[in-house]
Amino acid sequence: MTGMAGMSPRDWLTDRLMLGMVALVALVLGMPSLKPLFAALYPGLDRPLYEADSFVRLTLDHMALVGGSSLAAILIGTGAGIAVTRPWGREFRGLLETVATMGQTFPPVAVLALAVPVIGFGPEPALIALTLYALLPVVENTVAGLEGVAPAVLDAARGLGMGPAEVLFRVELPLAAPVILAGVRTAVIINVGTAAIASTVGAKTLGLPIIVGLNGSNQAYVIQGALIVAALAVVIDAGFDRLAGWLTRWSNA
Amino acid sequence: MTLHRGLSGTVVHNRVALLMAVAAVAGALLPFLGFAPNRLLSGRPVPLWAAVQTVADIGALLPGLVLLGTPFLRPTRAALGLTVVAGALLAAALVWLAGEQAARLAAGASPAARTSFASGFWVMAAAGLLAAVDGARRMGLGTAGRLAVGGSVAALVAALLASGHLDHLSLLKEYANRRDVFADAVLRHVLLVAAALVPTLLVGVPLGVAAHRRAAIGRAVFPVLNVVQTVPSIALFGLLMAPLAALGALLPGAGISGVGPLPAVIALTLYSLLPIVRNTAVGLEGVPAGVREAARGMGLTPGQIFLRVDLPLALPVFLSGLRVTLVQAVGLAAVAALIGAGGLGAIMFQGLFANALDLVLLGAVPVILLAVAADALLSIGIAAAARGAGGRTAHHAPNQPPSQPPNQPGDVQARSAQ
Repeated sequence: MTGMAGMSPRDWLTDRLMLGMVALVALVLGMPSLKPLFAALYPGLDRPLYEADSFVRLTLDHMALVGGSSLAAILIGTGAGIAVTRPWGREFRGLLETVATMGQTFPPVAVLALAVPVIGFGPEPALIALTLYALLPVVENTVAGLEGVAPAVLDAARGLGMGPAEVLFRVELPLAAPVILAGVRTAVIINVGTAAIASTVGAKTLGLPIIVGLNGSNQAYVIQGALIVAALAVVIDAGFDRLAGWLTRWSNA
Repeated sequence: MTLHRGLSGTVVHNRVALLMAVAAVAGALLPFLGFAPNRLLSGRPVPLWAAVQTVADIGALLPGLVLLGTPFLRPTRAALGLTVVAGALLAAALVWLAGEQAARLAAGASPAARTSFASGFWVMAAAGLLAAVDGARRMGLGTAGRLAVGGSVAALVAALLASGHLDHLSLLKEYANRRDVFADAVLRHVLLVAAALVPTLLVGVPLGVAAHRRAAIGRAVFPVLNVVQTVPSIALFGLLMAPLAALGALLPGAGISGVGPLPAVIALTLYSLLPIVRNTAVGLEGVPAGVREAARGMGLTPGQIFLRVDLPLALPVFLSGLRVTLVQAVGLAAVAALIGAGGLGAIMFQGLFANALDLVLLGAVPVILLAVAADALLSIGIAAAARGAGGRTAHHAPNQPPSQPPNQPGDVQARSAQ
């Protein structure tokens, strides 16, 4: 687990996470100074830079929507996954798994759209739709991860005198953590993309410049929004890559 | 006492059915329909009891009453079968009742008035369907049995649609206003997915075979495809616009444009490649070496081995990659409406931008149905292919069943682009 201080300049240049973060921060903060570039690329546009909201604001709002919905999905999803793998909840496991599998055939954009007739316009339907959709991979992987723990390991833990809570927190969850994390990663990456589309249901996210640009034939807006949201997704994915590496080493230790 | 016995499981035999029964009762207390003077105003709620007016209406609620009793039945096959039938019929009967009440409301109102489904309808219908799904699972029904249950509900609702019984519901009024547009949108949507599938298969399958034969190719290809899969669809559409528009300006006669179906098909293809390439490679890796040896020993040429051994044995895994691809592409094609590619997404977003909620439903519900249909069709194909492959391996090498794809991180992640 090398900290930033231990990295040589060469490591910095080949590190996807670090490069992505530098690119993301540069894009978010530096987009206004690229105005002359976009003006030169698109001489026909009166407004070559999206200025209705600051990109910093949009990025933070985007991350808040993704973070809030993912956090809620992680809490509810792992809770539900734990519940159905206990003896008292086992009866609900099949139903939960079926719902998680079937639900993931529903396109996220359709789920987002359906939230509007039920809940209305604004950030709330986006938050609820994103949470519901993110639940599915988290639940699926929590159940798969917990079920994947070898029965012999559980027996050994019980033989050491561990109670059910101790077995759960000290044996099952650490062993299932890499699989659960993979589910969380899927959920978060889907949410980054769906949050961008959530601009169409009234949430202010990085999708807004894209939607405004598409509706107003302003290609510069589209590129500005698309670059930042793509960089955000790549950075988050690289972050999960790093996290998964640490976790695998930690649970093997 | 009863409560105690219930908790210990002697009175309540099926706690999932109990949960669904409680949900159905809760749904019955929520607004069943909404009735609005026109499509843009929000309506007043119509409770379930106000919608039940005739003997036939009461009859429509009978499956619901049966469902309330199912948690207390011993879980025999007959009791589970009853749960499946009652749950499925409840969902269909609620649709019938909604159509019935919509017609009654329309009789005394202006033609602009709209009757839409409200939360109570959705909760009760979902409770019925989930009870049916769980019952089918407990009965141990296979893919075919479960599809038959789902298919019968779909057929009942389709029959109601065809009979015109639902014509006074707002959703059907939106449909009536856009009959031609809707048919075009469905066709366009399917064509977008199909148009992306052709280059995906032409490039993806050879690439998967190459990745299987030379590990270096896999190491070069998969990271790139993984990054593409990470990029949100709306961003990829946006980023393809500029180069395509520039290309279109360079070659004025070629009909290339930054908006419309071309960037949509390119983006869909880029997203579709990962599951196809990966599952082709993984499927081939799962072919037992012993089976290939045996085929070589029988004097088959490399070409024959590929066609008669590798291909059928890798087919189930390949088809599950195709399933991920198709389900994902149906959703992505809906997003592509934002760059003017048309399809059902166009109806959906038109509804969102115009605040016409039933128009949103008219776009979004068929998108979901298309994805579910693609998933169901492919799961039939996968089951059939697995039986075929199982027969072959069992014949040649009884101890080595065809390997399944790694179902966890990779498989789920393949659905991640949106």
